[in-house]
Amino acid sequence: MLQNYFPILLFIIIGTVAGAGLMTLGGVFSKLLGTDKPDPEKLSPYECGFEAFEDARIQFDVRYYLVAILFILFDLEVAFLVPWALVLKEIGSFGFFSMLIFLAILVVGFAYEWMKGALEWE
Amino acid sequence: MLDLFKQLMDFLHYNILGMVIYAIIKIVVIMVPLILGVAYMTYAERKVIGYMQIRIGPNRVGFFGLLQPFADVLKLLLKEIIAPSAASKALFFIAPILVLMPALAAWAVMPFFPGVVLADVNVGLLYVMAITSLGVYGIIIAGWASNSKYAFLGAMRAAAQVVSYELAMGFALIGVMMVSGSLNISEIVMQQGRGIAGGSVLSWNWLPLLPLFVVYFIAGLAETNRAPFDVTEGESEIVAGHMIEYSGMSFALFFLAEYMNMILISAMSSVMFLGGWLSPFPASIPFLGAPSFIWWFLKVAFMLFFFLWARATFPRYRYDQLMRLGWKVFIPVTLVWIVLIGAWMQTSFSLWK
Repeated sequence: MLQNYFPILLFIIIGTVAGAGLMTLGGVFSKLLGTDKPDPEKLSPYECGFEAFEDARIQFDVRYYLVAILFILFDLEVAFLVPWALVLKEIGSFGFFSMLIFLAILVVGFAYEWMKGALEWE
Repeated sequence: MLDLFKQLMDFLHYNILGMVIYAIIKIVVIMVPLILGVAYMTYAERKVIGYMQIRIGPNRVGFFGLLQPFADVLKLLLKEIIAPSAASKALFFIAPILVLMPALAAWAVMPFFPGVVLADVNVGLLYVMAITSLGVYGIIIAGWASNSKYAFLGAMRAAAQVVSYELAMGFALIGVMMVSGSLNISEIVMQQGRGIAGGSVLSWNWLPLLPLFVVYFIAGLAETNRAPFDVTEGESEIVAGHMIEYSGMSFALFFLAEYMNMILISAMSSVMFLGGWLSPFPASIPFLGAPSFIWWFLKVAFMLFFFLWARATFPRYRYDQLMRLGWKVFIPVTLVWIVLIGAWMQTSFSLWK
Protein backbone atom coordinates (compact mmCIF):
# COMPACT_ATOMS: atom_id res chain seq x y z
CA MET A 1 0.00 0.00 0.00
CA LEU A 2 2.66 2.45 1.08
CA GLN A 3 4.55 1.98 -2.17
CA ASN A 4 1.64 3.74 -3.88
CA TYR A 5 2.84 6.90 -2.19
CA PHE A 6 6.44 6.54 -3.29
CA PRO A 7 5.96 8.22 -6.73
CA ILE A 8 4.54 11.24 -4.90
CA LEU A 9 7.68 11.60 -2.81
CA LEU A 10 9.72 11.15 -5.96
CA PHE A 11 7.69 13.84 -7.72
CA ILE A 12 8.27 16.27 -4.84
CA ILE A 13 12.00 15.63 -5.01
CA ILE A 14 12.06 15.96 -8.81
CA GLY A 15 10.03 19.16 -8.58
CA THR A 16 12.59 20.66 -6.22
CA VAL A 17 15.49 19.48 -8.34
CA ALA A 18 13.83 20.84 -11.50
CA GLY A 19 13.42 24.24 -9.88
CA ALA A 20 16.99 24.37 -8.64
CA GLY A 21 18.25 23.02 -11.95
CA LEU A 22 16.44 25.60 -14.06
CA MET A 23 17.71 28.39 -11.84
CA THR A 24 21.30 27.14 -12.04
CA LEU A 25 20.96 26.79 -15.79
CA GLY A 26 19.74 30.37 -16.03
CA GLY A 27 22.61 31.57 -13.84
CA VAL A 28 25.23 29.76 -15.91
CA PHE A 29 23.82 30.82 -19.28
CA SER A 30 23.45 34.46 -18.31
CA LYS A 31 27.00 34.56 -16.93
CA LEU A 32 28.55 32.93 -19.98
CA LEU A 33 26.46 34.23 -22.88
CA GLY A 34 24.37 37.11 -21.61
CA THR A 35 25.10 40.34 -19.87
CA ASP A 36 26.38 40.21 -16.30
CA LYS A 37 27.24 43.69 -15.14
CA PRO A 38 25.98 44.29 -11.61
CA ASP A 39 26.47 47.76 -10.15
CA PRO A 40 25.38 49.25 -6.79
CA GLU A 41 22.46 51.12 -8.33
CA LYS A 42 21.15 48.05 -10.08
CA LEU A 43 21.44 45.95 -6.93
CA SER A 44 19.67 48.40 -4.63
CA PRO A 45 16.01 47.70 -3.72
CA TYR A 46 13.58 49.11 -6.28
CA GLU A 47 11.74 52.18 -5.08
CA CYS A 48 10.37 54.15 -8.03
CA GLY A 49 13.44 56.22 -8.73
CA PHE A 50 14.18 57.18 -5.13
CA GLU A 51 17.01 55.76 -3.13
CA ALA A 52 15.62 53.30 -0.62
CA PHE A 53 15.46 55.28 2.60
CA GLU A 54 14.70 52.83 5.34
CA ASP A 55 14.50 49.12 5.99
CA ALA A 56 11.68 47.45 4.10
CA ARG A 57 10.74 45.25 7.05
CA ILE A 58 8.29 47.78 8.40
CA GLN A 59 5.19 47.56 10.57
CA PHE A 60 2.16 46.38 8.72
CA ASP A 61 -1.57 46.37 9.22
CA VAL A 62 -2.81 44.23 12.11
CA ARG A 63 -5.67 42.98 9.95
CA TYR A 64 -3.30 40.62 8.17
CA TYR A 65 -2.83 38.85 11.51
CA LEU A 66 -6.57 38.78 11.99
CA VAL A 67 -7.09 37.17 8.59
CA ALA A 68 -4.45 34.58 9.40
CA ILE A 69 -6.10 33.68 12.73
CA LEU A 70 -9.57 33.48 11.21
CA PHE A 71 -8.11 31.35 8.43
CA ILE A 72 -6.82 28.83 10.96
CA LEU A 73 -10.27 28.57 12.58
CA PHE A 74 -12.09 28.04 9.30
CA ASP A 75 -9.49 25.75 7.83
CA LEU A 76 -9.82 23.52 10.89
CA GLU A 77 -13.53 23.60 10.22
CA VAL A 78 -12.90 22.32 6.70
CA ALA A 79 -10.63 19.62 8.12
CA PHE A 80 -13.43 18.56 10.53
CA LEU A 81 -15.91 18.40 7.67
CA VAL A 82 -13.76 16.14 5.47
CA PRO A 83 -14.26 12.81 7.34
CA TRP A 84 -17.92 13.63 7.90
CA ALA A 85 -18.45 14.38 4.21
CA LEU A 86 -16.83 11.12 3.19
CA VAL A 87 -19.16 8.89 5.22
CA LEU A 88 -22.31 11.00 5.04
CA LYS A 89 -24.09 8.35 2.96
CA GLU A 90 -23.54 5.72 5.68
CA ILE A 91 -24.27 7.75 8.80
CA GLY A 92 -27.63 9.06 7.56
CA SER A 93 -29.72 11.76 9.18
CA PHE A 94 -28.25 11.30 12.68
CA GLY A 95 -24.80 12.21 11.35
CA PHE A 96 -26.23 15.03 9.30
CA PHE A 97 -28.03 16.69 12.23
CA SER A 98 -25.03 16.23 14.54
CA MET A 99 -22.94 18.20 12.07
CA LEU A 100 -25.69 20.82 11.76
CA ILE A 101 -25.31 21.58 15.49
CA PHE A 102 -21.59 21.97 15.01
CA LEU A 103 -22.10 24.21 11.96
CA ALA A 104 -24.64 26.30 13.87
CA ILE A 105 -22.04 27.06 16.57
CA LEU A 106 -19.58 28.03 13.84
CA VAL A 107 -22.13 30.29 12.18
CA VAL A 108 -22.71 32.09 15.49
CA GLY A 109 -18.98 32.78 15.68
CA PHE A 110 -18.93 33.86 12.04
CA ALA A 111 -21.85 36.25 12.61
CA TYR A 112 -20.07 37.65 15.67
CA GLU A 113 -16.85 38.43 13.78
CA TRP A 114 -18.88 39.91 10.94
CA MET A 115 -20.76 42.23 13.38
CA LYS A 116 -17.52 43.16 15.12
CA GLY A 117 -16.14 44.32 11.79
CA ALA A 118 -13.26 41.85 11.65
CA LEU A 119 -13.96 41.36 7.95
CA GLU A 120 -13.94 45.05 7.02
CA TRP A 121 -11.16 46.52 4.91
CA GLU A 122 -12.09 50.13 4.30
CA MET B 1 12.99 -10.05 -28.78
CA LEU B 2 9.78 -10.76 -26.89
CA ASP B 3 11.87 -12.37 -24.15
CA LEU B 4 13.96 -9.23 -23.78
CA PHE B 5 10.82 -7.14 -23.56
CA LYS B 6 9.43 -9.41 -20.84
CA GLN B 7 12.69 -9.16 -18.92
CA LEU B 8 12.60 -5.40 -19.17
CA MET B 9 9.00 -5.31 -17.93
CA ASP B 10 9.91 -7.59 -15.00
CA PHE B 11 12.80 -5.30 -14.14
CA LEU B 12 10.57 -2.22 -14.22
CA HIS B 13 7.81 -3.78 -12.12
CA TYR B 14 9.54 -5.97 -9.54
CA ASN B 15 13.08 -4.67 -9.08
CA ILE B 16 13.38 -1.72 -6.66
CA LEU B 17 15.79 0.20 -8.87
CA GLY B 18 13.58 -0.63 -11.84
CA MET B 19 10.54 0.74 -10.07
CA VAL B 20 12.33 3.98 -9.31
CA ILE B 21 13.42 4.34 -12.93
CA TYR B 22 9.91 3.52 -14.14
CA ALA B 23 8.42 6.13 -11.80
CA ILE B 24 10.94 8.74 -12.99
CA ILE B 25 10.05 7.99 -16.61
CA LYS B 26 6.37 8.45 -15.80
CA ILE B 27 7.08 11.72 -13.99
CA VAL B 28 8.99 13.03 -16.99
CA VAL B 29 6.12 11.98 -19.26
CA ILE B 30 3.82 14.15 -17.11
CA MET B 31 6.23 17.06 -16.67
CA VAL B 32 7.36 17.64 -20.24
CA PRO B 33 3.86 18.08 -21.74
CA LEU B 34 3.03 20.23 -18.74
CA ILE B 35 5.93 22.58 -19.37
CA LEU B 36 5.11 22.66 -23.09
CA GLY B 37 1.53 23.38 -22.08
CA VAL B 38 2.72 26.34 -20.03
CA ALA B 39 4.76 27.61 -22.98
CA TYR B 40 1.80 27.49 -25.33
CA MET B 41 -0.51 28.82 -22.64
CA THR B 42 1.50 32.06 -22.69
CA TYR B 43 1.19 32.12 -26.47
CA ALA B 44 -2.55 31.41 -26.32
CA GLU B 45 -2.97 34.11 -23.71
CA ARG B 46 -1.32 36.74 -25.88
CA LYS B 47 -3.21 35.63 -28.99
CA VAL B 48 -6.62 35.38 -27.33
CA ILE B 49 -6.32 38.66 -25.46
CA GLY B 50 -4.92 40.21 -28.63
CA TYR B 51 -7.94 39.23 -30.67
CA MET B 52 -10.28 40.30 -27.88
CA GLN B 53 -8.70 43.75 -28.09
CA ILE B 54 -8.77 43.72 -31.92
CA ARG B 55 -5.01 43.22 -32.26
CA ILE B 56 -3.33 40.14 -33.70
CA GLY B 57 -0.87 39.30 -30.97
CA PRO B 58 2.57 37.74 -31.61
CA ASN B 59 3.01 36.76 -35.28
CA ARG B 60 6.69 37.32 -36.11
CA VAL B 61 8.64 34.38 -34.67
CA GLY B 62 7.85 31.29 -36.72
CA PHE B 63 4.63 30.47 -38.51
CA PHE B 64 1.78 32.51 -36.88
CA GLY B 65 4.21 33.34 -34.09
CA LEU B 66 4.18 29.71 -32.97
CA LEU B 67 7.84 29.81 -31.95
CA GLN B 68 7.31 32.85 -29.75
CA PRO B 69 7.32 30.87 -26.44
CA PHE B 70 10.74 29.43 -27.29
CA ALA B 71 12.10 32.86 -28.09
CA ASP B 72 10.81 34.02 -24.70
CA VAL B 73 12.45 31.10 -22.92
CA LEU B 74 15.78 31.81 -24.62
CA LYS B 75 15.55 35.46 -23.65
CA LEU B 76 14.77 34.60 -20.03
CA LEU B 77 17.66 32.12 -19.94
CA LEU B 78 20.12 34.77 -21.06
CA LYS B 79 18.92 37.55 -18.78
CA GLU B 80 21.14 38.52 -15.90
CA ILE B 81 20.03 37.12 -12.53
CA ILE B 82 20.13 39.96 -10.05
CA ALA B 83 20.75 39.31 -6.36
CA PRO B 84 19.77 42.60 -4.64
CA SER B 85 22.33 43.82 -2.13
CA ALA B 86 19.74 44.22 0.64
CA ALA B 87 18.19 40.79 0.14
CA SER B 88 18.70 37.67 2.25
CA LYS B 89 20.45 35.78 -0.53
CA ALA B 90 19.76 32.16 0.41
CA LEU B 91 16.04 32.65 1.07
CA PHE B 92 15.81 34.90 -1.98
CA PHE B 93 16.82 32.04 -4.27
CA ILE B 94 14.99 29.29 -2.36
CA ALA B 95 11.62 31.06 -2.68
CA PRO B 96 11.01 30.49 -6.43
CA ILE B 97 11.84 26.80 -5.99
CA LEU B 98 9.34 26.60 -3.12
CA VAL B 99 6.69 28.11 -5.37
CA LEU B 100 7.43 25.81 -8.30
CA MET B 101 7.67 22.54 -6.36
CA PRO B 102 4.01 22.35 -5.19
CA ALA B 103 2.75 23.45 -8.60
CA LEU B 104 4.55 20.47 -10.14
CA ALA B 105 4.09 17.90 -7.40
CA ALA B 106 0.30 18.32 -7.24
CA TRP B 107 0.13 16.57 -10.61
CA ALA B 108 1.24 13.29 -9.02
CA VAL B 109 -2.35 12.28 -8.28
CA MET B 110 -4.10 13.77 -11.31
CA PRO B 111 -5.84 11.04 -13.34
CA PHE B 112 -5.90 11.43 -17.12
CA PHE B 113 -7.89 8.29 -17.90
CA PRO B 114 -9.01 5.30 -15.79
CA GLY B 115 -5.78 3.82 -14.49
CA VAL B 116 -3.56 6.41 -16.18
CA VAL B 117 -2.33 8.18 -13.08
CA LEU B 118 1.10 8.34 -11.47
CA ALA B 119 -0.03 7.51 -7.93
CA ASP B 120 -3.57 6.21 -7.57
CA VAL B 121 -3.83 6.92 -3.84
CA ASN B 122 -6.98 6.99 -1.75
CA VAL B 123 -6.34 10.48 -0.38
CA GLY B 124 -5.69 12.14 -3.74
CA LEU B 125 -7.98 15.11 -3.22
CA LEU B 126 -6.63 15.76 0.28
CA TYR B 127 -3.10 15.62 -1.12
CA VAL B 128 -3.93 18.21 -3.80
CA MET B 129 -5.49 20.51 -1.20
CA ALA B 130 -2.47 20.10 1.07
CA ILE B 131 0.26 20.60 -1.48
CA THR B 132 -1.30 23.54 -3.30
CA SER B 133 -1.57 25.41 -0.01
CA LEU B 134 2.20 25.11 0.41
CA GLY B 135 2.72 27.57 -2.44
CA VAL B 136 1.97 30.52 -0.20
CA TYR B 137 5.19 29.89 1.76
CA GLY B 138 7.23 30.59 -1.33
CA ILE B 139 5.38 33.87 -1.89
CA ILE B 140 5.83 35.03 1.71
CA ILE B 141 9.52 34.09 1.70
CA ALA B 142 10.04 35.85 -1.63
CA GLY B 143 8.48 39.04 -0.31
CA TRP B 144 10.39 38.93 2.93
CA ALA B 145 13.77 37.99 1.49
CA SER B 146 13.66 40.68 -1.22
CA ASN B 147 13.79 43.38 1.47
CA SER B 148 11.95 45.83 -0.74
CA LYS B 149 8.80 47.66 0.30
CA TYR B 150 6.80 46.74 -2.78
CA ALA B 151 7.76 43.10 -2.45
CA PHE B 152 6.83 43.10 1.23
CA LEU B 153 3.42 44.68 0.63
CA GLY B 154 2.77 42.34 -2.28
CA ALA B 155 3.63 39.30 -0.20
CA MET B 156 1.34 40.36 2.67
CA ARG B 157 -1.51 40.95 0.26
CA ALA B 158 -0.89 37.69 -1.56
CA ALA B 159 -0.78 35.66 1.65
CA ALA B 160 -4.02 37.13 3.01
CA GLN B 161 -5.74 36.69 -0.35
CA VAL B 162 -4.59 33.14 -0.95
CA VAL B 163 -5.54 31.89 2.50
CA SER B 164 -8.95 33.60 2.33
CA TYR B 165 -9.85 31.99 -0.96
CA GLU B 166 -8.46 28.66 0.11
CA LEU B 167 -11.32 28.46 2.61
CA ALA B 168 -13.96 28.94 -0.08
CA MET B 169 -12.15 26.38 -2.21
CA GLY B 170 -12.01 23.89 0.67
CA PHE B 171 -15.72 24.28 1.37
CA ALA B 172 -16.52 23.83 -2.32
CA LEU B 173 -14.54 20.59 -2.39
CA ILE B 174 -16.34 19.37 0.76
CA GLY B 175 -19.51 19.41 -1.34
CA VAL B 176 -17.84 17.18 -3.93
CA MET B 177 -16.68 14.79 -1.21
CA MET B 178 -20.20 14.57 0.21
CA VAL B 179 -21.75 13.45 -3.06
CA SER B 180 -18.96 11.10 -4.09
CA GLY B 181 -17.97 9.71 -0.69
CA SER B 182 -14.36 9.31 -1.76
CA LEU B 183 -11.09 11.21 -1.85
CA ASN B 184 -9.74 9.14 -4.72
CA ILE B 185 -9.91 11.43 -7.75
CA SER B 186 -10.50 8.60 -10.25
CA GLU B 187 -13.34 7.39 -8.04
CA ILE B 188 -14.85 10.89 -8.01
CA VAL B 189 -14.87 10.93 -11.82
CA MET B 190 -16.38 7.43 -12.02
CA GLN B 191 -19.13 8.46 -9.62
CA GLN B 192 -20.15 11.27 -11.98
CA GLY B 193 -20.76 8.73 -14.75
CA ARG B 194 -23.39 6.89 -12.72
CA GLY B 195 -26.09 9.56 -12.61
CA ILE B 196 -29.70 9.28 -13.69
CA ALA B 197 -28.89 11.00 -17.01
CA GLY B 198 -26.88 8.00 -18.21
CA GLY B 199 -23.43 9.46 -17.57
CA SER B 200 -23.93 12.36 -19.93
CA VAL B 201 -23.30 16.06 -19.35
CA LEU B 202 -26.38 16.31 -17.10
CA SER B 203 -25.17 13.73 -14.61
CA TRP B 204 -21.86 15.44 -13.81
CA ASN B 205 -21.35 17.29 -10.55
CA TRP B 206 -21.52 20.76 -12.02
CA LEU B 207 -25.32 20.79 -12.25
CA PRO B 208 -26.37 19.88 -8.68
CA LEU B 209 -23.28 21.64 -7.29
CA LEU B 210 -23.45 24.66 -9.60
CA PRO B 211 -22.84 27.32 -6.88
CA LEU B 212 -19.88 25.30 -5.58
CA PHE B 213 -18.49 24.99 -9.11
CA VAL B 214 -18.71 28.74 -9.69
CA VAL B 215 -17.17 29.47 -6.28
CA TYR B 216 -14.41 26.93 -6.91
CA PHE B 217 -13.46 28.42 -10.24
CA ILE B 218 -13.53 32.05 -9.07
CA ALA B 219 -11.56 31.09 -5.97
CA GLY B 220 -9.14 29.41 -8.36
CA LEU B 221 -8.70 32.70 -10.20
CA ALA B 222 -7.91 34.39 -6.90
CA GLU B 223 -5.69 31.53 -5.72
CA THR B 224 -3.45 31.82 -8.77
CA ASN B 225 -3.40 35.64 -8.47
CA ARG B 226 -4.91 36.03 -11.91
CA ALA B 227 -6.88 39.00 -13.19
CA PRO B 228 -9.30 40.32 -12.00
CA PHE B 229 -7.84 39.35 -8.60
CA ASP B 230 -4.22 40.24 -9.36
CA VAL B 231 -3.89 42.95 -6.71
CA THR B 232 -0.80 41.20 -5.38
CA GLU B 233 1.17 41.88 -8.53
CA GLY B 234 -0.91 44.79 -9.87
CA GLU B 235 1.66 46.38 -12.16
CA SER B 236 0.11 49.83 -11.93
CA GLU B 237 0.21 50.04 -8.13
CA ILE B 238 2.78 47.76 -6.53
CA VAL B 239 4.76 46.86 -9.67
CA ALA B 240 4.59 43.02 -9.58
CA GLY B 241 4.55 42.70 -5.78
CA HIS B 242 6.63 39.86 -4.43
CA MET B 243 8.31 39.27 -7.80
CA ILE B 244 9.68 42.77 -8.17
CA GLU B 245 13.32 42.04 -7.34
CA TYR B 246 13.49 38.88 -9.43
CA SER B 247 14.93 38.73 -12.92
CA GLY B 248 15.83 36.19 -15.57
CA MET B 249 15.34 32.57 -14.68
CA SER B 250 14.45 33.20 -11.03
CA PHE B 251 11.50 35.25 -12.26
CA ALA B 252 10.67 32.63 -14.86
CA LEU B 253 10.14 30.06 -12.10
CA PHE B 254 7.36 32.20 -10.58
CA PHE B 255 5.87 32.58 -14.01
CA LEU B 256 6.05 28.85 -14.69
CA ALA B 257 4.45 28.07 -11.32
CA GLU B 258 1.61 30.51 -11.91
CA TYR B 259 0.72 28.98 -15.26
CA MET B 260 1.07 25.43 -13.96
CA ASN B 261 -1.31 26.32 -11.16
CA MET B 262 -3.75 27.68 -13.72
CA ILE B 263 -3.62 24.42 -15.63
CA LEU B 264 -3.98 22.52 -12.35
CA ILE B 265 -7.06 24.50 -11.30
CA SER B 266 -8.59 23.89 -14.74
CA ALA B 267 -7.79 20.19 -14.54
CA MET B 268 -9.18 19.98 -11.00
CA SER B 269 -12.40 21.73 -11.95
CA SER B 270 -12.81 19.51 -14.99
CA VAL B 271 -12.21 16.38 -12.90
CA MET B 272 -14.25 17.44 -9.87
CA PHE B 273 -17.21 19.04 -11.59
CA LEU B 274 -17.10 18.37 -15.34
CA GLY B 275 -16.65 14.61 -15.32
CA GLY B 276 -12.98 14.41 -16.33
CA TRP B 277 -12.62 11.98 -19.21
CA LEU B 278 -16.35 11.17 -19.43
CA SER B 279 -18.10 12.02 -22.65
CA PRO B 280 -20.82 14.70 -22.61
CA PHE B 281 -23.01 12.40 -24.68
CA PRO B 282 -24.96 9.48 -23.17
CA ALA B 283 -22.94 6.27 -23.06
CA SER B 284 -25.50 4.58 -25.32
CA ILE B 285 -24.29 6.56 -28.35
CA PRO B 286 -21.44 4.63 -30.00
CA PHE B 287 -18.00 6.27 -30.35
CA LEU B 288 -19.08 9.78 -29.26
CA GLY B 289 -20.39 8.45 -25.96
CA ALA B 290 -17.15 6.65 -25.09
CA PRO B 291 -14.92 8.10 -22.37
CA SER B 292 -11.65 9.38 -23.76
CA PHE B 293 -8.59 11.41 -22.85
CA ILE B 294 -9.64 13.86 -25.56
CA TRP B 295 -12.66 14.90 -23.46
CA TRP B 296 -10.39 15.51 -20.47
CA PHE B 297 -8.14 17.66 -22.62
CA LEU B 298 -11.01 19.61 -24.18
CA LYS B 299 -12.51 20.34 -20.77
CA VAL B 300 -9.21 21.58 -19.40
CA ALA B 301 -8.73 23.78 -22.47
CA PHE B 302 -12.27 25.10 -22.04
CA MET B 303 -11.62 26.06 -18.41
CA LEU B 304 -8.27 27.62 -19.31
CA PHE B 305 -10.01 29.77 -21.87
CA PHE B 306 -12.13 31.18 -19.04
CA PHE B 307 -8.96 32.34 -17.30
CA LEU B 308 -7.98 34.35 -20.38
CA TRP B 309 -11.50 35.55 -21.00
CA ALA B 310 -11.78 36.83 -17.41
CA ARG B 311 -8.48 38.64 -17.77
CA ALA B 312 -9.53 40.38 -20.97
CA THR B 313 -12.96 41.30 -19.63
CA PHE B 314 -12.92 42.42 -16.01
CA PRO B 315 -11.20 45.40 -14.42
CA ARG B 316 -9.09 44.68 -11.34
CA TYR B 317 -10.83 44.33 -8.00
CA ARG B 318 -9.93 46.67 -5.16
CA TYR B 319 -8.39 44.91 -2.18
CA ASP B 320 -11.33 45.52 0.17
CA GLN B 321 -13.79 44.29 -2.48
CA LEU B 322 -11.66 41.20 -2.92
CA MET B 323 -11.66 40.33 0.77
CA ARG B 324 -15.37 41.06 1.00
CA LEU B 325 -16.09 38.68 -1.87
CA GLY B 326 -14.02 35.92 -0.30
CA TRP B 327 -15.30 36.14 3.27
CA LYS B 328 -18.77 37.62 3.03
CA VAL B 329 -20.04 36.06 -0.18
CA PHE B 330 -18.24 32.82 -0.93
CA ILE B 331 -18.06 31.33 2.56
CA PRO B 332 -21.78 31.86 3.33
CA VAL B 333 -22.78 30.61 -0.15
CA THR B 334 -20.73 27.43 0.16
CA LEU B 335 -21.89 26.77 3.73
CA VAL B 336 -25.54 27.11 2.76
CA TRP B 337 -25.09 24.87 -0.27
CA ILE B 338 -23.30 22.20 1.77
CA VAL B 339 -26.22 22.09 4.21
CA LEU B 340 -28.73 22.01 1.35
CA ILE B 341 -26.93 19.15 -0.38
CA GLY B 342 -26.65 17.33 2.95
CA ALA B 343 -30.38 17.70 3.54
CA TRP B 344 -31.12 16.65 -0.03
CA MET B 345 -29.09 13.49 0.51
CA GLN B 346 -31.27 12.59 3.51
CA THR B 347 -34.46 12.63 1.47
CA SER B 348 -35.66 9.91 -0.88
CA PHE B 349 -34.98 12.23 -3.84
CA SER B 350 -31.25 11.89 -3.35
CA LEU B 351 -29.31 11.52 -6.61
CA TRP B 352 -26.36 9.91 -4.86
CA LYS B 353 -27.37 6.59 -3.36
